[in-house]
Amino acid sequence: MLPRQVVSNTTETTASARRFRFNWVDSFLWFIRVAAIITIVVGLTGTIQNFIAGEGPTVTQWRDLFVSSISTGAMYGLVALGYSMVYGVLGFINFAHGEVFMSGIMVGWVAATLLFQYGLWDANPFFSLAVVLVIAMITSTLIAVLTEKVAYRPLRGAPRLIPLITSIGVSFFLQYAFAGLFGVGLQTYPSPPGILGRDINILGVPIEGTKLLVIVVAILAMIALWYFVTRTKTGRAMRAVAEDKEIAGLMGINVDRTIIMTFAVGGAMAGVGGLLWALLFRNVQFITGFLPGIKAFTAAVLGGIGNLPGAMLGGVLLGLFEGMGPLLVLDGLGIPAVSQLKDAVAFSALILVLVFRPSGLLGERLGSEERA
Amino acid sequence: MFKNKSTRLVAVLSALALIVAACGDGGGGGDFEAGELGAVTVEAGEAIQIRSLQVISGPDATLGIPEERAVRLAVADYGQIHGHDVEVGTGLDDLCSADGGQAAAQTIVADDQVVGVIGTSCSGAATAAMPLISEDGMVMISGSNTSPALTSDLAGTAGSDYHDGYYRTAHNDLIQGAAAATFMYEELGLTEVALIHDGDPYTQGLTTAFQNAFEELGGTITVHTSIPKGTTDAAPVLTEVAGTNPQGVFMPIFIAEATAIAQQKGNVSGLEDVTFMGADGILSPAFIEEVPESADFYFSGPDLRFGENTNEATDVNAEEFLAAYEAEHNEAPTAPFWAHAYDATTLLLTAIENVAVVDGDVLHIDRQALRDELNSVSGFSGIIGTLNCDEFGDCGAAAITVIQNTDNVYANATENVVFSYVPEG
Repeated sequence: MLPRQVVSNTTETTASARRFRFNWVDSFLWFIRVAAIITIVVGLTGTIQNFIAGEGPTVTQWRDLFVSSISTGAMYGLVALGYSMVYGVLGFINFAHGEVFMSGIMVGWVAATLLFQYGLWDANPFFSLAVVLVIAMITSTLIAVLTEKVAYRPLRGAPRLIPLITSIGVSFFLQYAFAGLFGVGLQTYPSPPGILGRDINILGVPIEGTKLLVIVVAILAMIALWYFVTRTKTGRAMRAVAEDKEIAGLMGINVDRTIIMTFAVGGAMAGVGGLLWALLFRNVQFITGFLPGIKAFTAAVLGGIGNLPGAMLGGVLLGLFEGMGPLLVLDGLGIPAVSQLKDAVAFSALILVLVFRPSGLLGERLGSEERA
Repeated sequence: MFKNKSTRLVAVLSALALIVAACGDGGGGGDFEAGELGAVTVEAGEAIQIRSLQVISGPDATLGIPEERAVRLAVADYGQIHGHDVEVGTGLDDLCSADGGQAAAQTIVADDQVVGVIGTSCSGAATAAMPLISEDGMVMISGSNTSPALTSDLAGTAGSDYHDGYYRTAHNDLIQGAAAATFMYEELGLTEVALIHDGDPYTQGLTTAFQNAFEELGGTITVHTSIPKGTTDAAPVLTEVAGTNPQGVFMPIFIAEATAIAQQKGNVSGLEDVTFMGADGILSPAFIEEVPESADFYFSGPDLRFGENTNEATDVNAEEFLAAYEAEHNEAPTAPFWAHAYDATTLLLTAIENVAVVDGDVLHIDRQALRDELNSVSGFSGIIGTLNCDEFGDCGAAAITVIQNTDNVYANATENVVFSYVPEG
């Protein structure tokens, strides 16, 4: 019969086409890998030659840039945790997470301004920062939990694309809700208390107090999260739900409660990230969450989405790539005005990492069945 | 109703004839004949339509909101034209971006009754809006576009984004670039300067003009780099700049990115003794007063000492304008370009009044005649000074001043003029 003939023909052609295309794609990927390595090596050599010739940034400037890139990266990492946790449990990307992050900075700004007006900001800096931290965490947690209850829970059984699109809608809703509440202009945190402005010596290397605090806070938050996920009952429930929702439900785990918990913890981490943002950049606006959100998502993918240490590592590396990459590699290639390519470098780094390791740095290869 | 096809045909034909007759009456009455770009006919009792297209949201709204308010005040001060009101309609938003300019221009050209536009605030928006506006035969007069690409190189060659029907009362940045370069080289004695733009045509046009003028004077540009819009982490760009050891930095960018640079420059070693200079994009209380780190910054911009200059169309001077503005909005203007927008509006209304053909209660405004009228403006007294339009639409008073922010008070900074520049010839 005709149909059978057609079927067998198609199978044959696709099989041969696939074999052919596979080789082609493979060799193309190898080409990219080799080209990337050569570009980076040539760029680095050029920069080192410039440095020896006494051109470009000095040792002090490189060191400052390194520290500031790491601290920016640590902030990305904390936000990335939220993307990774929600993906691990629900299997979709919550694009509104950037706005959860922004909400914490925004409400924290109100607290910081009040503290500054009453003179507490300078008189009692660590207490003030703790107040701002708690307020930012509470705000972000509340917004994250509300989003889950209102926007995502009704879509629990729906295909994953639907909550994904919904999250983009939630993101716009939150942005413009905050634009309505706080106006569209820049809101500026008071400058960091004097004690943080000073350099602090770590192993003989002076590091700016603010940046050191950012790194320390990020490490502490990460340790707390690690303890929570691996050592507590709720954390274990979370991992069980991530493994398999239905079976976890059958084992007596309250799945809805666990999912809420996941959003809450992700929100709290975004709140901590918000304080770090306030320390580093001081300005907040209704669209502040957008670009860092995208960067943090990139960091989560870079480290292997669904993997928590991976998200943190991805954040720090992304901060380093985008902060140092343009000057370290592109400048050595003789490209003019390199710092405008900061974002391009960050996203190219993502592509390169995925070319070398498709599942991300610490990610595991998951079968399609597990992710369905 | 109709018994057969031929009756129906007759009915349709006679209906068509009626419509044609009605149109003919409206458009062709009297001796008026429209030119090649067509004409706007304002019927008895109807208003003349103009539009305001400024940046009225986002971080650059401090620039556009005073301009839109000035447009409305100018329309109110001017009064009726040959017995017709002038209507601005809802203020449109250029978002200070090409996308915003294009979207707003599409809204504007969809309405055939619109005669002209006062806008845009940002050069980037004008490059996208102007092709549509020009194509439709309208005119647009900007109070704050300064990119040389929008008009000409001041030596007789049209800029890459010049379109017929474009005019501005703001200066051309070739002049501002030369003024800033002359100030830094001759007054401050700096020979090595770094430039930072943000990719926008305004900022890039100004840094390029600065570079040309500065190198002609004998100075060196150590690096000509960029901080893209939306950047919050200024450390990489500041490190790049610091690595080239400049004596000064000229950064004609907008408030959000300038704020990031001002706040973070203290964290980058090697920038302690560097002189920073901005331009008219950040000449606003939102930068000078809200960002304490902007102390000691220099700013180039239009000459804001308006003194007794009086707008010849409305007999209003700066003092009277500011009193009316503050009475209506309870605040002082947040950017210096209100005066340019005010003069631009009166320029448009005067030109409309001069070219309008009165036909009983009906008014005909020929689009080509309006452009010719604006191109021939000469010796028009405005609040900003005397306006003379060249063939590429540059009408502004050319004087540029440099001011310094010493105490983070906007009013004091604008009075603290350290250098004035008037181009030769």
